[in-house]
Parts: sequence; structure tokens; C-alpha cells
Amino acid sequence: MNATLASIRQNPASLVPSAAQVRQFALGLSLPIIGIAMFLFIWHNVAQLIDTSLGKFPGPTQVWEQANNLVAEHKEERQRAEEFYERQKVRNAEILAADPSAEVKIRPYTGKRTFLDQIVTSLATVLSGFVLASLIAIPLGILIGLNQVVYAAFNPLIQLFKPISPLAWLPLVTMVVSAVYVTNDPMFSKSFLNSMFTVLLCCLWPTVVNTAVGVANVSKDLLNVSKVLSLPPLTHVFKIVLPAALPLMFTGLRLSLGIAWMVLIAAEMLAQNPGLGKFVWDEFQNGSSDSLSRIMVAVLAIGFIGFLLDRAMLLLQRTASWDKTAILR
Amino acid sequence: MKSYLQLSEVGIDFPTPKGPFRALDKVSLDIAQGEFISLIGHSGCGKSTVLNIVAGLHQATEGGVLLEDKEVNAPGPERAVVFQNHSLLPWLTAYQNVELAVKRVFKGKKSKAEMREWITHNLELVHMDHAIDKRPDEISGGMKQRVGIARALAMEPKVLLLDEPFGALDALTRAHLQDSLMEIHADLGNTVIMITHDVDEAVLLSDRIVMMTNGPSATIGEILRIDLERPRKRVELSGDARYNHYRHEVLAFLYERQRKVEDIGAQKKSREAASASKVRLASQA
Repeated sequence: MNATLASIRQNPASLVPSAAQVRQFALGLSLPIIGIAMFLFIWHNVAQLIDTSLGKFPGPTQVWEQANNLVAEHKEERQRAEEFYERQKVRNAEILAADPSAEVKIRPYTGKRTFLDQIVTSLATVLSGFVLASLIAIPLGILIGLNQVVYAAFNPLIQLFKPISPLAWLPLVTMVVSAVYVTNDPMFSKSFLNSMFTVLLCCLWPTVVNTAVGVANVSKDLLNVSKVLSLPPLTHVFKIVLPAALPLMFTGLRLSLGIAWMVLIAAEMLAQNPGLGKFVWDEFQNGSSDSLSRIMVAVLAIGFIGFLLDRAMLLLQRTASWDKTAILR
Repeated sequence: MKSYLQLSEVGIDFPTPKGPFRALDKVSLDIAQGEFISLIGHSGCGKSTVLNIVAGLHQATEGGVLLEDKEVNAPGPERAVVFQNHSLLPWLTAYQNVELAVKRVFKGKKSKAEMREWITHNLELVHMDHAIDKRPDEISGGMKQRVGIARALAMEPKVLLLDEPFGALDALTRAHLQDSLMEIHADLGNTVIMITHDVDEAVLLSDRIVMMTNGPSATIGEILRIDLERPRKRVELSGDARYNHYRHEVLAFLYERQRKVEDIGAQKKSREAASASKVRLASQA
């Protein structure tokens, strides 16, 4: 950038980008486009060859069509909800006009959840589970990394729980939530809590393990500095240990979030909890000629959202990291 | 001579799978206030262990260390250490690195403004005031070591412990920092213990050179008092007969009386190096 500016100052004609720059830019843009185009081409052709009981496997065009349909359905549904509330308002106004002391109610609209609603539900679930898990896992990881005794006590448990598929927890979580969370005025729906706790259980381990490793591997020299300064424990953790462990901690967080997103979709399918997973399962059960295309839209959306989540974590890591020169990918 | 820092009969065992390994044995040394002591010896002879015991990072198995008649048994800021590889916190600027130490030592004793001034003053002392807001990865090795020294000095330690502070630097930078260190020592009169591999450095800077025998069970072999008046100038001293005599003494101890058992080729080489009276020891290995 600076080099470019300097060269412009010396030679105003170079405002026109050089041939090399053009080539580099074109290459940087065209290679991914070529990759995607090839994928679409192969997908289109292979899809033609696959016959299912619900018709041919959807190609890119059908999927695109259904994506537009899903957005249109969402708008339609919103429109209906608005009209529903409008009607209630009018009706309530009429009742109040006739009898000012009458009690009026606004009933919630109970239309079906659209594709976009399901995405929002899934995102809210995964993020709350992930944040909650991180709030537990990071302090625990630091404690384990700092202290040999705590490590020895927790390590067998972590090793035991880490390989468990969170889906195996799902029935237990469901039973426990319905037994423990008994209230007349629930703030959260039970299905939300089930999905969230399942996500939470799978989010814990990568963060705990990576944070602990990061904390335990803080350079001996820096620990000696801390000892010579006789830093109080909290200063030690915040000034020395945390910054040093930050890269590995973020590795753990990114792994956790990635797993969480995958697990959530499966949990929603399995438990019929609202979310993208349920959308996929419903479409599968529905079995219309459009179902496969609609599922494909969901599949691609799942992938894209997972990608965005990871990028968001990366951005967070860049902001939090002290080492701006580190290559993160 | 009233002793300020006293090591008496210090011995230390390190646990190994084959039983305890005696690294140091019966190390006794009395150091006066304001004295500059160098520890020299072959690698693995336990110089760093001595320093770490004084710093409180290691606990002596036998004997102990007294500083102003109080026993040393934990690390503390009154015994500041400058580590060989600077050990600055890479996420803090030069200023913040020093600040961490200053805040720890002077919290409640100095106002914020006073602290700021004290930090800047110490960075000026090592000629680092121009790079106050630079992080360690943005400055050279010599500059990092300067900041490390500033951090140690800013703690106003009773004893300054230097663990091969200039070992990783090129010769010119090293000479520069040695001069700075002499100036600072002349100004502040700190008590200093420095580990070095560099014979010239030891002779130039020290009041006494403590030469250590080879391990296991390493101990103090000889102590050489350097009676050269201060301030010392390296160029003038290089032609001084007394200076060369002291240097010869140290080299003779290291390469004749305490020659490390090495394979024959390396032995020959190191003997040649000694007889050619190379300025620097062959290697730090």
C-alpha cells in the first residue's frame, strides 16, 4: 500500500494499476470463482444421474429456486402475523368502545416457524450454550493449568467425558430438564434448554483442555519474572498467564463452537427441538417433490453459518490477541 | 568488611530417578554492600543455581543465604533478576513492562505521577527513553536487555542478580551495555552478582571474580580480587599489565586447573584457544 502510494507520488501515471497488480487481483478473485463454478457444474451433472423416490436429486437451479421460495414464505408468514395482530387490535378497540371496562387480550400468533425463524432459533441456542460453556470452561481450564493438584483430580474426569458424543447425553438432559425446570411461567422453553445444555456439554472439553495446556505451558522465564516480582495471584493470572495462554484458549473456543454447531443440528433432528435440524427432519418426513431441494438449502445454510461463526471467532481472536503479526487461519 | 549478603555452606540436591544429584556443595561467600561480584565457571557448574538460590527461585538443601541478616527463602523484588533472554512480557510495551514491576514495589508509596516519572527515569538510565511505547518484538536484542535491566533497577533492589545478561548479544552491543552497567553501578552503588562466560567482562566489571569448580558437587574454587581503580576504561586497560595479569589468572583457572573433560579434539581446540589467549571463551556450550 505504502509502496503503491510512493510510486504514485513519483510517477502520477502509475495511478493506473500495473499489469502485475491487475494479474494478481484477477487471480485472487478468479481462482475461488473457478472452484465454485466447477463444483456447481459437477453437482448439476451428478444430480441428474441420481433418482430418488422423491424425484431427481436437486441440482443448483432447483435449490436456488427453493431458497427464494423459503424467503418468500417467510415474508408471507410475517405478513399474516401482522394482519392477525391488526385484526385483534381492531376487534379490541370495538370491544372497548362498547364496554370501556372490558378486559382485552392480545393473543400471540401461532403460525408455523419459517426457515429463517429456525435459523434464528438455532443461532440463539448455539450461542447461549457456547457462552455459558465458555464461562465455565475458561476458569476451570486456568485452574487446572495452574495447579497440579487440581489437574490430577480433574484429568480422569475430563478424559472420560471428552469422548462422549453429546447426543448420548440428550435423553438424560431431557429427563433432567423436565424434572428440575418446573415453573408455571417459563422464561425459556424446555426444548430450548434441552438443546442448549446438550451444546454446553460438548462445548466444555476442547476449551478446558486447550486452556489448561496453554496455561501449563507458559514460558518458565515469564513465570520466574512473576515469582521475582512476587505478583499477587490475580495479577499473575491476568498479566502473565492469560495473555500467554490466549492463542491456545482461542483454539479451544473455535473448536468448541464448531463442534457445538454440528451437534446442535443433530440434537434438533433427534429431539424435534425447534431449529434448523427440525426443519431438515420435517422436510424429510414431509416427502414432497420440493423436499430434497429445501433440505439442500438448509444444508448449505448450515455450512455457511458454521463458516460465519468461525470467522466471527477469528475476528474476536484478532481483536483480543496482543500479537497482531501472528498468522491466524 | 561487614557482610551484607552472606552465603553459608550452601548445598543443593536435585532429585533424579537415580536418587538425589548434588549440584552444589559448601558454597560460602560474603558480599559487602555495593560490591560487584562475577561468577565464572564452565557450563553446568552451577553458577545459575547459585544465582537462583540467592533469588529464592531454588531452595538450598543445606546451608542458607542471609541478606542483611534475614534468611532468604522465597523470591522477592528486593533481589531483582535480569534473565539471560531478557524475559520481557511480549504483550507489554517497554514502559508497561517496567510499570508492572514499579506498581508491585511502590504501590501506595509513590503517587501515579511519581511512578510515571520513576519509570521514565529508569528507562532513560539505560538509554531506552526513545522506545518507551515499543513492544519487545519491535526492538533489538540489546534494547530488550536494556529494558530488562531498567525493570530490575526500577525495583530499587538491594541486590541485583544478572544471569549472563549480555550473553546473547553481539560484541559491540555487549561492550556498550557493559559501559552502561558500570555507569549505573557507579551512580547507584547496587550490590551486584553477575554470571558470565566472558573473562574480559568479568575482569572489567567486577570487584571480585568468583571462580567455580566443575560439577557435580561444584563449589567455589578461587576468588580473585580485582584491584583496578574505577572508573575503568576498556581501551586503556587493554594495555594495562595488571589487567592482563587478572585475565591470565582467570583463564589459567578455567583451562588448566578446571579444564572440562571433553573429547580429545575439543580438548586440543580449547587448549589452543587458551594459549592463543583468545579474548572470549571458545563457546558457551
